Amino acid sequence: MASKPRIKVPKSASAGEVITIKTLISHEMESGQRKDKDGNPIPRQIINKFTCTFEGQMVFECDLDPAVSANPYFEFNAKVPSSGTFKFTWLDDDGSVYEAEAPIEVK
Amino acid sequence: MQLTRRNVLGLTAGAAAFAMAGGRFSPALASAEDAEKMVMDFTGGVTPGEGKVSLNTPEIAENGNTVPVSVTVESAMEGDDLVESVIIFADGNPNPAVATFHFTEMSGEALATTRIRLAKTQNVIAVAKMKDGSVFMDKKEVKVTIGGCGG
Repeated sequence: MASKPRIKVPKSASAGEVITIKTLISHEMESGQRKDKDGNPIPRQIINKFTCTFEGQMVFECDLDPAVSANPYFEFNAKVPSSGTFKFTWLDDDGSVYEAEAPIEVK
Repeated sequence: MQLTRRNVLGLTAGAAAFAMAGGRFSPALASAEDAEKMVMDFTGGVTPGEGKVSLNTPEIAENGNTVPVSVTVESAMEGDDLVESVIIFADGNPNPAVATFHFTEMSGEALATTRIRLAKTQNVIAVAKMKDGSVFMDKKEVKVTIGGCGG
């Protein structure tokens, strides 16, 4: 149900530099608190985990609860030791996994 | 009892207090004590100290559905001076837990920004756990004009 994630990572950095990464994914983040027209509760369906790794090393991780807004947005920092690829994953309550990656070059 | 504006307001406040037991108004709103308990669960019983953590929230949020929240923790992010995790609570939401951030040495800086839902005017709490076991806390009140829970 989520659409293509959007990621902002600088194309290049100097070795050891701390960069800022921004990510956004379209997702309803149905909290489980709402009711439909007939008064039946709408079951919870959220993204419950977001991770960012760099060449297999964990950079940033977040456990989400229903109180995170729809279309979850994250901004965080990462240290860039060398050229490589950032990998991002979003885990949905229904078991789907959304993935994205972004390369970065060290000059 | 006549249903005057004053009575209705009084009833609503009373009902909110009983909501946990009676479930008359669901979802039941969590109490501040609940949030405090969750803070203690997270820290393992250690009372968090002041400082180090700074939580950035708007003073007034017009729309409780998306309230930008950013948290930074002073740390070198190297060796033992490392922030392991930061948890965000909202003590007036149906479920006080909001999000937990986990950092590593690769994070460079312990900083995270996201957008959260707030049901009503309440305190947002950030608790940071360091690698050496110490915990720090910051708390900000956010006034919410339109709540962001259900509809």
